[in-house]
Amino acid sequence: MARAEQSYPPPRPSAVRRREIWAGYGFLTPNLIGFLIFTLLPVLAALALSFTEWDLIRPIQWVGLRNYIRLLTNDPTFIKVLRNTTFFVLVTVPLRMVLALLVALVLNQNLRGTMFFRTAFFMPVVSSAVAVALVWQWIFHADFGPLNSILWMLGVSNPPNWLTSTKWALPALMIVSVWQGIGFNMVIFLAGLQGIPEQLYEAARIDGATGWHCFWKITLPMLSPTTFFVLVITTISSFQVFDLAVIMTEGGPANATNTIVYHIYRNAFQFFRMGYAAAIAWFLFVVIFILTLIQFRYQKNWVHYDL
Amino acid sequence: MVSRFTPQSIGRAAVFVVTAAASLIMLLPFFWMLSTSLKEPGAVFRFPPEWIPKPFYWYNYKRIFEVLPFGRFYWNSIVTAGSVTILQLVTCSFAGYAFARLRFPGRDTLFLGYLATLMIPGQVVIIPNFILLRTLGWIDTYQALILPNAFSAFGTFLLRQFFLSLPFELEDAAKIDGCGYFGIYWYVILPLSKPALTSLTVFTWLGQWNNFIWPLIVINSVRMNTLTVGLRTLQGQYNTQWTLLMAGSVLALLPVLALFLSAQRTFIRGVALTGMGGR
Repeated sequence: MARAEQSYPPPRPSAVRRREIWAGYGFLTPNLIGFLIFTLLPVLAALALSFTEWDLIRPIQWVGLRNYIRLLTNDPTFIKVLRNTTFFVLVTVPLRMVLALLVALVLNQNLRGTMFFRTAFFMPVVSSAVAVALVWQWIFHADFGPLNSILWMLGVSNPPNWLTSTKWALPALMIVSVWQGIGFNMVIFLAGLQGIPEQLYEAARIDGATGWHCFWKITLPMLSPTTFFVLVITTISSFQVFDLAVIMTEGGPANATNTIVYHIYRNAFQFFRMGYAAAIAWFLFVVIFILTLIQFRYQKNWVHYDL
Repeated sequence: MVSRFTPQSIGRAAVFVVTAAASLIMLLPFFWMLSTSLKEPGAVFRFPPEWIPKPFYWYNYKRIFEVLPFGRFYWNSIVTAGSVTILQLVTCSFAGYAFARLRFPGRDTLFLGYLATLMIPGQVVIIPNFILLRTLGWIDTYQALILPNAFSAFGTFLLRQFFLSLPFELEDAAKIDGCGYFGIYWYVILPLSKPALTSLTVFTWLGQWNNFIWPLIVINSVRMNTLTVGLRTLQGQYNTQWTLLMAGSVLALLPVLALFLSAQRTFIRGVALTGMGGR
């Protein structure tokens, strides 16, 4: 086949073929222009910018690797921010996944009230993070918030000061993030669960398998492509936590809830260090990229596509 | 009679009770928001907290329109989310059609470029885009809110995947009937792609309605605030006036929740489909 094509010179495109080519470029152009201006070129511009110093007023200055060196060796806030974000990811990703899977498993049983439950779990997903962060800020209020008043009633004599405590502010943000994130993963897990053929369970039951067995030997392996997908997107979105930190704590107290994206935002739009902020943004990109690569690399140990 | 209380039925009942309790906990913050928004300003500092305000104090909702142009915030959010969604539907379905159904030189290379940017977090492009819009003098304008989000690589990818799954025979039939490429796009591809188009609509509209970081960056004046940044402005000005803040939050959530509750299936299917990259 290939040889036969090689032995002839490529034919001049026919009129029909030329029309198709023009149509292709025509349909692509509107999106392509926007894509180049607002996505592709900015990505490259951000990379170039990360090797410069620029406050938008004085002339831009090439500084080589200085931003990156400073980032890794001379910015204590960045180290703090990195630790906070990592801790946040390590806690919220498993919780958002396990709880979502549990809820999906329950809702997949067609209990009475499934519609209501699904609505309840999904409502936080459609809600704006800003409004949600505001109400949670009020819920976590140390003296007049409902959470501590419930804790008092339960006999906790000294409940945490939540958002004003360096120890509890980040866990408070994690609670909100889990609360808001369960529903999205739940929907994706539910779609995955509904894709598992019922015959597998019937066959297992005939062989005398218990529900517990079915879960480990059928549900989890069959669901693993979905689980893998949920893991990748939950990790990526967790790394980008921003809205909650801005509204609930402004990164405080004492940077206890400062996150990578908030650090980018501050450096760029409050301190006007465009080059430095671009360097942090690229650093975040590389971290996410490497983590995603690792997840893809190791998926073959636990993800089954061929069952 | 005895058979009604098998271990299985008790187990099911227990699962039901636990799930119901968990759902109520999920809803509690919404209830607390609504309840606070209907309290007198002084009532929030009572102990123990009242779950149902007495009396209902509606004045917060009137006051909020007096302290900030909330009606204007609504309008800005509608214009922004609406325009971005429409523009994405048009440009992404065009590009998706080109990538999925037409052959032209450089197509696969270009598509690879689109794919490569899907993994890049939005924060990377925010800084250069801000600098670009600032240079153009577009800070505080609708075009700044709309244009950078109107050409989504993700939307293109989503629709291309869906268009690829449609049978090519239909197209051939249309060609025989004398249909041009636009005719095929309009009369064959689009009508068959309603699920994917709906997903993109829901996902984009929701994302834009709730978008916070971008309007926070390109909007300075209160009059150009979208609802999300408007709430932030409210928070900045009335930091401890919880009744007012909660009334604002209720107002910001109301349209989305109303839409969600009335078209739940569409929403959930849309998010599931889009979340899974169109599969």
